[in-house]
Amino acid sequence: MLIELRDVNKTYNNGQPLHVLKGINLSIDKGEFVSIMGASGSGKSTLLNILGILDNYDTGEYYIDGRLIKGLSEKQAAAYRNSMIGFIFQSFNLIGFKTAVENVELPLFYQGVSRQKRHQMAMQYLDRLGLADWASHYPNEMSGGQKQRVAIARALITNPKIILADEPTGALDSKTSEEVMQLLGQLNREEGVTIIVVTHESGVANCTDKIVHIKDGIIGRIEDNRLHKASVFGTSTIMK
Amino acid sequence: MRLDIDTFREIANSLVRNRSRSILTGFGVFWGIFMLLFLVGGGQGLKQLISSNFEGFATNTAIMFANRTSLPYKGLKKGRSWNMTYTDVERLKRMVPELETVTPIVSNWGQEAVNGSNTVNTNVKGIYADYCMIEEPRIKYGRYINESDVLQERKVCVIGKRIYNSLFPTGGDPCGSFIKVGSVYYQVIGVDVSAGNMSINGSADETVSIPLPIAQKIYHRGNQIDLLCVTAHQGIRMSSLEDRMRQILAREHNWEAADKQALFVVNTEQMFSLIDNLFTGVNFLIWLVGLGTILAGIIGVSNIMMVTVKERTTEIGIRRAIGATPKDILSQIIMESISLTLVAGSFGIVFAVQLLRLLEKIVNSRPDASPVDFQIGFWVAVAAAVLLSALGVAAGLAPASRAMAIKPVDAMRDE
Repeated sequence: MLIELRDVNKTYNNGQPLHVLKGINLSIDKGEFVSIMGASGSGKSTLLNILGILDNYDTGEYYIDGRLIKGLSEKQAAAYRNSMIGFIFQSFNLIGFKTAVENVELPLFYQGVSRQKRHQMAMQYLDRLGLADWASHYPNEMSGGQKQRVAIARALITNPKIILADEPTGALDSKTSEEVMQLLGQLNREEGVTIIVVTHESGVANCTDKIVHIKDGIIGRIEDNRLHKASVFGTSTIMK
Repeated sequence: MRLDIDTFREIANSLVRNRSRSILTGFGVFWGIFMLLFLVGGGQGLKQLISSNFEGFATNTAIMFANRTSLPYKGLKKGRSWNMTYTDVERLKRMVPELETVTPIVSNWGQEAVNGSNTVNTNVKGIYADYCMIEEPRIKYGRYINESDVLQERKVCVIGKRIYNSLFPTGGDPCGSFIKVGSVYYQVIGVDVSAGNMSINGSADETVSIPLPIAQKIYHRGNQIDLLCVTAHQGIRMSSLEDRMRQILAREHNWEAADKQALFVVNTEQMFSLIDNLFTGVNFLIWLVGLGTILAGIIGVSNIMMVTVKERTTEIGIRRAIGATPKDILSQIIMESISLTLVAGSFGIVFAVQLLRLLEKIVNSRPDASPVDFQIGFWVAVAAAVLLSALGVAAGLAPASRAMAIKPVDAMRDE
């Protein structure tokens, strides 16, 4: 198993203690294309933060590739995030004053890869996503879909074990949403990248092979969706 | 910390992005370092300028002259006049071995010096050759009065700058020509152009100096002398000798040794220490004002960096999410802070140096003035740059610690 969560609990102590995750058990294998679905407040964002080593959990165990992720120092956490996880955010989160290629280079910069090498690699990834011509453009000169593709290139460049996508289509129209989901699906199928998508849209979830439903801090149902028929509306397109 | 071109590009980028804000913030630092260096240079120049008034003046000199007594002594009533005599010179030399030079002056005021149709009012000063130990001459033409002039009682003279300008308006070397002072002709042997504004029985530039025995004879002064100038050996404080000299002269001339009024002593050591004290105070103010201004500038930088960090929460969060360690963020913020201070400060240093150079040029263009040095030293400038870097780090600390507290999760929340 690539990802193994055992009885993970998380409580926020902001004034009133809020028990968000109430014993999560989840296993995700290498090469899976999984979506985590849930309403807002269900704990799916917290789960994503824990999966992405962006946040700590209180009790339980979380393994990535057999390595226990618990009580890491900031520096270790940063190193793991950098090498094992690629993030795709809802609002793209590109750095506005950097060009597309510079944005894609950034994770390699923090790995200490030489300037020339990282530029070359970034260009390669942009090319794969069909954005080579846009390399020297700034994010505000690009469309939402293009921005998200740059973000995907940035997530892929470190060759991570997992791609974590937090509402990757949240800021996109339905057509672009579908393109992005197809792209993720393609990456999963052709390159065997493990992808976890967090979403509240059933159409998006329907594009994935496995849907994990989370409700009130516990995993409800895990749906096998290799036939992509989970959503009533989702068979042909993503409804917005 | 990763240092490559991109690090610097990134710093330049984030400073240039808010150009007007960076400039305004940098101006505080610029003005601070400019003020400090300009004041330091200016203060140093001012001190030299004031000191140049005492140019050529031995710093441990005392000048004494006789005055009416203010206390009765051995049946003699107060208010009595007395005079110093030649024997006092030898007496002081022998009884106070700490003295290096003891030299008398006989003077005569209000004489008229004539050369052809040119006339000028002058003071005549009869001196020994060793008077140059008291007031160092700056000889432009010829030479100063020497031992032979005194021994052979030659009728020769050294003239001051104003006398020279008045009597020889066409310029040129006047040595060898004769001028008439009073009813006697003297051969000019030298011109003393010292700028000294200190005057011992008349300023040097309007004085005609002649060998003392001549003055004595021509003006019928017997063995009276007007002034007694003494200098002490190196390392001996003149004020520690004053009482002993008073006692020696009091015993000889029959006045009460405690009578301060009977012998007037001007001690240059005290005057110089007064000026030194004044400039110690001035320097203290300079550093207070200068450092205060820099500090205000640095606090401005710190403040703005604080705002910048707040603004860039998302960006910093993204960086953290994709693998920047807290140390990366820390070094980025501190480097930005250092760059801003250092760039702004360098402009300040350059500006101060240029302005001081201009000032130096203007001040030194005064005619016949001794050159004054306003410029700050190279190492002072280097020290200023080092100080700036240190202050840059200090300014970056608070914003950087705030930036380090930003969690990668914040990037996703802050939209």
